[in-house]
Amino acid sequence: MKVFVTAALAIDLDSEKWECTRCKGVLGPARANYKEGLVVRERDPAEVHAPILDPDRYEFTFAPDPEWCRLVEYFCPHCGRQVEVEYLPPGHPPTHDIELDIDALKAQWANREPLSEPVLGPDFVAPQCHHHH
Amino acid sequence: MADDVKGGRSVEQFLKDASLFLAPDPEIMENHGLEPRTELEEACLAKENDPHRLGLVRERLQAGVNESFEMLENMGAAPGAKWGDCVSAMYTASGDLSIASSGGVVIFCNLVQYPIKFCNKYWAKERTVGIREGDAFIVNDSRYGQAHSTDQSLFMPVFHEGKIVAWAGATVHEGENGAIEPGGMPGTAEQIWDEGLRMSPFKVVENYELRRDLVTFLQNSVREPKLQYADMKVKLYVCRRVEQRIKEAIAEYGVEAVVACLRNNLEATDQEVRRRLREWPDGTARHCWFTDNTLRESVQIKINLELTKKDDELTFDFRGSSPEFTNRAINSLDITNKGMLAQLFLTFIWPDLPRNQGVLSPVNFIFDPASVLKPSPLTPSSQTMMTLFTAWSCGQVCAMKLLYSVPEKYTRVVAPWFNMINTFMFGGITQHGEMVGNVCADINGMGGGALADADGQHSLAPIFATMADLAEQEFMEEEMPFVQIVSKKLMRDNQGFGRQRGGMGYQMILAMVDSPMWGFMLTAIGAKFPNVPGLFGGYGCPTYPLARIQGVDVFEKFRTDPGSFRFSIEEMMNERPYPEATYSTHPMSLPFHASKSGELYMISQGSGGGFGDPLERDPADVARDLDEDLISHDVAWRVYRVVYDRETLIVDLAATEKARDEARQERLAGSRPYKDFCASWSKDKPSGKVPYFGCWTDKTRVHAGSPDVTYPASQVNPPVMMAHPMQVRIDALEAELAALRKAGGQS
Repeated sequence: MKVFVTAALAIDLDSEKWECTRCKGVLGPARANYKEGLVVRERDPAEVHAPILDPDRYEFTFAPDPEWCRLVEYFCPHCGRQVEVEYLPPGHPPTHDIELDIDALKAQWANREPLSEPVLGPDFVAPQCHHHH
Repeated sequence: MADDVKGGRSVEQFLKDASLFLAPDPEIMENHGLEPRTELEEACLAKENDPHRLGLVRERLQAGVNESFEMLENMGAAPGAKWGDCVSAMYTASGDLSIASSGGVVIFCNLVQYPIKFCNKYWAKERTVGIREGDAFIVNDSRYGQAHSTDQSLFMPVFHEGKIVAWAGATVHEGENGAIEPGGMPGTAEQIWDEGLRMSPFKVVENYELRRDLVTFLQNSVREPKLQYADMKVKLYVCRRVEQRIKEAIAEYGVEAVVACLRNNLEATDQEVRRRLREWPDGTARHCWFTDNTLRESVQIKINLELTKKDDELTFDFRGSSPEFTNRAINSLDITNKGMLAQLFLTFIWPDLPRNQGVLSPVNFIFDPASVLKPSPLTPSSQTMMTLFTAWSCGQVCAMKLLYSVPEKYTRVVAPWFNMINTFMFGGITQHGEMVGNVCADINGMGGGALADADGQHSLAPIFATMADLAEQEFMEEEMPFVQIVSKKLMRDNQGFGRQRGGMGYQMILAMVDSPMWGFMLTAIGAKFPNVPGLFGGYGCPTYPLARIQGVDVFEKFRTDPGSFRFSIEEMMNERPYPEATYSTHPMSLPFHASKSGELYMISQGSGGGFGDPLERDPADVARDLDEDLISHDVAWRVYRVVYDRETLIVDLAATEKARDEARQERLAGSRPYKDFCASWSKDKPSGKVPYFGCWTDKTRVHAGSPDVTYPASQVNPPVMMAHPMQVRIDALEAELAALRKAGGQS
């Protein structure tokens, strides 16, 4: 039985392991932080959010300031899919962002039908456009 | 206690009578849950409990509230009312929000419960005040229950046979309120008395008529006296319409059915939320985010959230967030945070639920006292959005991480919505000779977050009002002396990249014309640290500056050299078409600034976060974004790794897949296992290059600017008090002058 926890991560309740939903590679124990099973790269945010204004002429360019912000990218070690991105001040320890009660999860899913893919939910309905004037 | 005193007057009564000041009452303000059932409610629920009949009554009342909301939007004079930045609602006799209008801002009416409860507790039996049929009360002081003091609420008891059976309420983001800067949301307020009108709940209507003596006083307290009067009248008639519809429902269904309906809404919503929460996984999601400005100086401010779901309850634990800034306006009251999070559930997670405060009944909140998210009573909060919206986005991220696996959803999981008020505020004399102070509707143009299977929508709606309007720029220009020369044009590469990309924000280039005295101000953060992340491998938004071009009158250029103008911030700033002008960029926090005719102010609205790995974005979608000039060739390759013909934009799928495989290999080659990474990356304190506020890892200890000193959370002593930016500048210049004099041999 698989529980799709994020778009990139599932938990196999039988093996109690985190898995990559792209390559199905096993990442580590479900009771531990999934990040421990990933590989990590730190980047200057301007490598992604490149300056739109000339950085030689302007202090503020639409690119984040690397002294204030770094990107920490997490990848599946098997297939290289980007699983998560954190925006952190330099040196700020990563966050243990998802910590589920695995026993409760198993009990909850014992009464549910297995899923082959995540349930997205009903379609998003765009708010109605109001024009009054 | 009553028997302790001779003569029949109790100590309790004596203390009540001798009370010198009726400050916001913690007993009211600390409780966001439902009031206990009253005897009347018990009796009514015993008699009227057929869910179908109660449903009929609810639909009838809902229609009445929606009708009143239409009145509010169409008659309201404030710019905010015209774009849906308003709401109307029905409350129980005890003050709980039971039916909000289907359109409008839920947080506004969620907060009106508090001043109603204040009136019930203090004014009902106060012989100098009292609550009678035909009375209405007004409030704008956020500490008694408003989102911030630029909003004004009017609320009215609804009587039946001499007893209060409900309340009607209407709220509008009015804008101008007589604060230190025009427009009602001063970024330079250093004390609560800089924030303008402080209306604790008081009676302003008797016998269904506004008290003109009080109205005149209020008109004299603000920069837009006509607006003040006009919208007080509008809100009064909106409340009267709500009252009328309640009375009609009573006439048709009986008072028991109406009272039972209002109560049942709350309890049924509470029960349904608990049922839905039981479907969520038990566990904890954590997210922290960092804002970068107090609107006076650049500092790093941490918002720290741990969201725990257990059984049928949720707990938002914001401990470890930054300490309060006692002389800055960016603090956000705890009630405001709670009200915004009600909006998260009622619009982004369970939009099908009835809009009432029962949704928060199963939700707990923990804040550090004296923090930016629960400031002290005398700490300013007129720019609450600077921390409130970040806290809300932390809530959105954590909720989505707990929600994704749930099989039964009521809408899609969404990446973070853009959350900042990238818009202009203004004040001065219009071309019609009127004095005004308010805000542009572009505040509502926040980009939507991406979904699992769809891109986010561009400049769609603000996080606080999902059915608000962007308004027509021409309408604004008819009334105000400025022209938005570039308006609602999406900004290339201003994108939250992802498998599905965030909705993008549009750019605005404007200049004042035809006014003897006019100024602009900006109150937004995120020029150094982005405002929102992406989700599940997607990226967040970029950062947003203010760009200015001074020393030129663009309207004169239109007459003499019209071809020189460029229609984007990028081209204007990089190509510099006016050689004589001065070009500069700044954080998007501009205190009120007198402007000159034809000088250019340029900003962009923000992008929502992306969803999923950008290397998995459909190459056809990348080509479409190229075709629509939403991204550059640089982004198409550097971020999305798509190979295509630059002339035809026809994608080479095989080459793209090969390039993406290589990019994945580059990722792996450049990465390290998590534990190795943490060993070198993680430091035990902030770098010291940036003033840092909030916890680092231990949420019980917070920094207050220094990397080396921490305090117990909620006990920062001395409290954070920032120097005046002008004094900081003077000190720096004097030090520079002294150094130059010393070098030059002068004493």
